[in-house]
Amino acid sequence: MSDNVEALYQEIILDHYKHPRGAGLLDHASGESFQVNPTCGDEVTVGVRLDDDDHLHVGYEGQGCSISQASASVMTELLEDATLDRVADAERAFHELMHSKGAGQPNEDALGDGIAFAGVSKYPARIKCALLPWVALQDARLRAGIEIDKPTTPDA
Amino acid sequence: MMSTALDVSRLRKDFPILERTVRGGRALVYLDSAATSQKPYAVLDAERAYYETSNAAVHRGAHQLAEEATDAYESARAAIAGFVGARAEDIVFTKNATESLNLAAYAFSNATAKAAQGGVVDPRLVLTPESSVVVTEMEHHANLIPWQELCAKTGAQLRWIGLTEDGRLDMDQLSVIDDTTAAVSIVHQSNILGTINPVRSIMDRAREVGALGIVDACQSIPHMRVNVEDLGADLLTWSGHKMLGPTGIGLLWGRSDVLNSLPPFLTGGSMIETVTMEGSTFAPAPQRFEAGVPMVAQAVGLEAAVRYLDGVGIEAIEQHEHELTAHALATLTQMPGVRVIGPESTVDRGSAISFVVDGLHPHDVGQVLDDRGVAVRVGHHCAWPTCRRYGVPATTRLSTYLYNDLDDIDAAAAGVRAAQEFFGVV
Ligand SMILES: Cc1ncc(COP(=O)(O)O)c(C=O)c1O
Repeated sequence: MSDNVEALYQEIILDHYKHPRGAGLLDHASGESFQVNPTCGDEVTVGVRLDDDDHLHVGYEGQGCSISQASASVMTELLEDATLDRVADAERAFHELMHSKGAGQPNEDALGDGIAFAGVSKYPARIKCALLPWVALQDARLRAGIEIDKPTTPDA
Repeated sequence: MMSTALDVSRLRKDFPILERTVRGGRALVYLDSAATSQKPYAVLDAERAYYETSNAAVHRGAHQLAEEATDAYESARAAIAGFVGARAEDIVFTKNATESLNLAAYAFSNATAKAAQGGVVDPRLVLTPESSVVVTEMEHHANLIPWQELCAKTGAQLRWIGLTEDGRLDMDQLSVIDDTTAAVSIVHQSNILGTINPVRSIMDRAREVGALGIVDACQSIPHMRVNVEDLGADLLTWSGHKMLGPTGIGLLWGRSDVLNSLPPFLTGGSMIETVTMEGSTFAPAPQRFEAGVPMVAQAVGLEAAVRYLDGVGIEAIEQHEHELTAHALATLTQMPGVRVIGPESTVDRGSAISFVVDGLHPHDVGQVLDDRGVAVRVGHHCAWPTCRRYGVPATTRLSTYLYNDLDDIDAAAAGVRAAQEFFGVV
């Protein structure tokens, strides 16, 4: 396997793919979004809810390739019970990373295991896969009326 | 390993792109010709020569270049017609097969709308909520969505012939074609399953009930001898870019009485007979369907493509691809964890082979193959309902052409095994 492909399929990504964290939809989501990648049929549904302390709760369900499903797992683990500031930082950092064409310096504070997706940004066809759950998150959040202070860059 | 019907290593020299490497120096193994084929020098040279010597707007102007350009364009039409046993005047140039199929579907909605205004149209083209349109469950979206839209506009019912477990049309469902049916539009060779359908008997059934019969021949004409008369269709559509020709040119063949009964699709310059401020009359086919300055260079390129195919021999290509298909099916069906979606036998089957790998998403299979220089297509192949029918979100598809050899199939199989090992699913 070439270095690029090894970099694409980081151990962390394969691990999240095989052992997804936090899979399952929330029982009482206040916003939910279903997204598909029409070129390959990847699907993900993300639901969100805010608790009394203004912490986010995230659930998801999906099917698709390793990148889209690992991305949903990493995102859910990262943002479960997170403050809205943290959600804002993560959303922005992930979009930036995906648009970095492989040259991005991933922000580990904001992204946690999400830094493993740095290699994806070299493969235009896979960026959509990685972004799919994040797009669903953003949409679910907006449907739930959960605004965050720092708007994320619009998706390409 | 060599197949017997063609001298592939000699043919490959005609295709400059096959010389290049991909992904850091790997030889290109191109197994995605069902999406689009590569182009030989002959096609590239013909387009270039046309622009260098004769470029002008066709059917307009009285200067020498305009005459030469018009000759080049019309001689391309004749050559392409000859390739499928048609008369030149029954061949319409479009931008691709998708446009050809839309032209057919819009003929019905335009005629229906004109009839509602008291216009004189062929009554076979007028749809009501009592009418039906029949497709199959293995259509490319290009031969499904235009008919869905037509039904949405007219209230007609969309029906389809379902599929059997082994990837063929369920001919027991032919009775969905009945005397309510106005159009039957089916794929000759499936781009996702590889199945070659018994179009003749379905077209005969369409004729019996007075429906227009339309065949999507995108995947058959590039790979096997097709004579338009033999299929029993009224209209036939295909694309130039899948048969070594340039992008930007598609074909529509029609029986001349049918073509001349269809209302125009795109309107404007070059497709008229007379024009006043109040209204216009239209030229006979094919000009009626070729509004605006057409794709002359592409037509010239496509003529070079069919001459190239004739030089190699379409029968030899078919025989060669049959060997590749047999080898690919034998290899894939023996691999643990691999399941072919579509016929597993070579009978009535083309070389597009879809498969799924247990525990692996096609995107990941495709990524590993790409890393090894092997270009295949992954996804739903614009046949999403077909994927649903077989309970898979997507497939990996390999498809061949005259420039592939048995080694290319082996390279793909080795790549699938490498993906299985990498992801730990074997
Ligand atoms: C069976 C079939 N029909 C229609 C089409 C549409 O062809 P085009 O994209 O050239 O319009 C394709 C191409 O993918 C095809 O394989």
